[in-house]
Amino acid sequence: MKSNLAFVAIVCLGLSAAGARAANVATPAPAIHAVDSPMSRGEYLAHLGDCVACHTKHGGVPFAGGFAMPTPFGTLYSPNITPDKKTGIGNWTATEFYQMLHTGRSRDGTLLYPAMPFPAYTKIPREDADALFKYLRSLKPVSQPNRDNELRFPYNNRSLMFGWRALYFTEGTFKPAAERSAQFNRGAYLVEGLGHCASCHSTINALGGSSDDSAFAGGLIPLQNWYAPSLTSNLESGLGSWSVADIAALLKGGASMRGAVYGPMAEVTHNSLQYLSDDDATAMSVYLKSLLELKPPASHPAAANLPSATALAAGKTIYEARCAACHRSDGQGMPPAYPPLAGNPSIEMELSVNPLRMVLNGGYPPQTAENPRPYGMPPFAQIMSDEEVAAVVTYIRVSWGNHGSPVTPREANAMRVAPLLD
Amino acid sequence: MRQLGLICLSLVLSSSAWTAEPSAAPDTIAARVQGCQTCHGAHGEGTADTNFPRIAGKPAGYLLNQLQNFRDGQRSYPPMNYLVAYMHDDYLAEIAGYFAAQPAKLQSMGETASAGDAATRLLVTKGDVVHGIPACVQCHGARLTGIEPGIPGLIGLNGKYIAAQLVSWRVGTRHAKKPDCMHDIASRLSETQVRQVAGWLASRPAVDPTSPAPAGAWTTPLTCGSQP
Repeated sequence: MKSNLAFVAIVCLGLSAAGARAANVATPAPAIHAVDSPMSRGEYLAHLGDCVACHTKHGGVPFAGGFAMPTPFGTLYSPNITPDKKTGIGNWTATEFYQMLHTGRSRDGTLLYPAMPFPAYTKIPREDADALFKYLRSLKPVSQPNRDNELRFPYNNRSLMFGWRALYFTEGTFKPAAERSAQFNRGAYLVEGLGHCASCHSTINALGGSSDDSAFAGGLIPLQNWYAPSLTSNLESGLGSWSVADIAALLKGGASMRGAVYGPMAEVTHNSLQYLSDDDATAMSVYLKSLLELKPPASHPAAANLPSATALAAGKTIYEARCAACHRSDGQGMPPAYPPLAGNPSIEMELSVNPLRMVLNGGYPPQTAENPRPYGMPPFAQIMSDEEVAAVVTYIRVSWGNHGSPVTPREANAMRVAPLLD
Repeated sequence: MRQLGLICLSLVLSSSAWTAEPSAAPDTIAARVQGCQTCHGAHGEGTADTNFPRIAGKPAGYLLNQLQNFRDGQRSYPPMNYLVAYMHDDYLAEIAGYFAAQPAKLQSMGETASAGDAATRLLVTKGDVVHGIPACVQCHGARLTGIEPGIPGLIGLNGKYIAAQLVSWRVGTRHAKKPDCMHDIASRLSETQVRQVAGWLASRPAVDPTSPAPAGAWTTPLTCGSQP
């Protein structure tokens, strides 16, 4: 701890200069495509940014804040962003709102904690910020005082954010790549900026940051115990082998021929991505698929330990009895209703939390316009032992050409207490 | 030889037909609600697990109220809250209608009533005027099979489940639309009464027919949000 603090202090010294430099960089806003949706542009953008997810407490008025965000450093409470003058953003100006998104500093100069994804929102151009602000200002004001954060020492000292920002924050509006298509650039902006996908799909380190090296490389979502798959690996997510249409179907509809969304991603689809215009869903998919272009196709490493024949036979018996009726004996499933398990990125990943959670808790993808009557998977936690769960997940992870590793009953047991909702 | 060949051919054909698995899921509501099966039974008839109730044959309005309450957090049970979190009213109503239409097998739960049987029968059928507790039968019906659209039957449920619901109303992990009559009633029951009523209901013999009475079959004495 001591050495960590010293390190942070050193970083702080170097920072003020860097911060001043970044603030002076003015960048032109990229052209934004027209939105083919009847809702206002600001409302559409608010959906894409998924503001409501964090700025609404359970059972509360949307955007009135008070949502508890447990972090490894303590609990943060989101602020009220309705236009109430006393407790919300009723006294803010459009410029102050833009500056907050762009710099990660609040109106009064307070450094924001990165629970607010300002490292992504800094890419939002002024005109989008203005449209968002106009939409938020059109909401009904709700008087709901903000709740103080409950961070433990030393994290309750906001000045530590100087160090964090030096390591993990680069201020600057999104810059379209001149050599790429408008569609690619639109997708890049939505994925990297407004959509802040990297908040979950990157490895979060002990300081709650993610480096450029780990961008979109996948990560365990702290305290939620769901694994956000890599978007850049053909070993895990395998988006390189997906069609653009399948990626778009997953994003916008929540279900595709390759897989469906559950857990935190179901919430993202519900709050945010189901509102994507078809053009924007395709643009995001084109960009996501392009993340693989820079990487040579990777081969699976040899599994370090393989399950015994006895363990596999036990898993197969359970699979045939419990799973095969929907997912088929060959693991191909009946997509999009019953997702394929063979070649499914969420099953093969190094960490087994997602398949374990699906077996224990089941799940329904969100109801969307594209998938208005979703099919569901039943929970098995109440009828299967840790040994049985581990056996069947192991079988699924190594069968039909899948390259996963075996799972232990202890790992299965650990997921029984994982929170079901945030 | 030719015959043998035919037999072999037909064996091959029949075995391939037998092993072929469908490639598309049935486009039915039954195929969609398989998420409910491991706890509530293949057709909502319940399972041996005493934590989970039968849902087959309950009033559709009651089931819809519960699904909405699980979704919106009015009723707290994380495994259910999680499953229905991102569903809209139209789909929840379809699911509720499906299970409401399934035949309920209201067999006796085989539980034996405890001591105080006579007093409990009195509480269920006459209520407790002193403590402001109406009789169960006044709303749930003389046969305790419920009434459309929002009041469920109370038989064919195990005692552990019933007791858990009464306690949930008292402690606030289960709410109904306001006025929340069952919150008020459960709050007036003693712990002993909760245990005894739950045990007595679970010891009732099966009835036939099992379906809830049509709306308006009798006048309920209370104004309750879940029975408009």
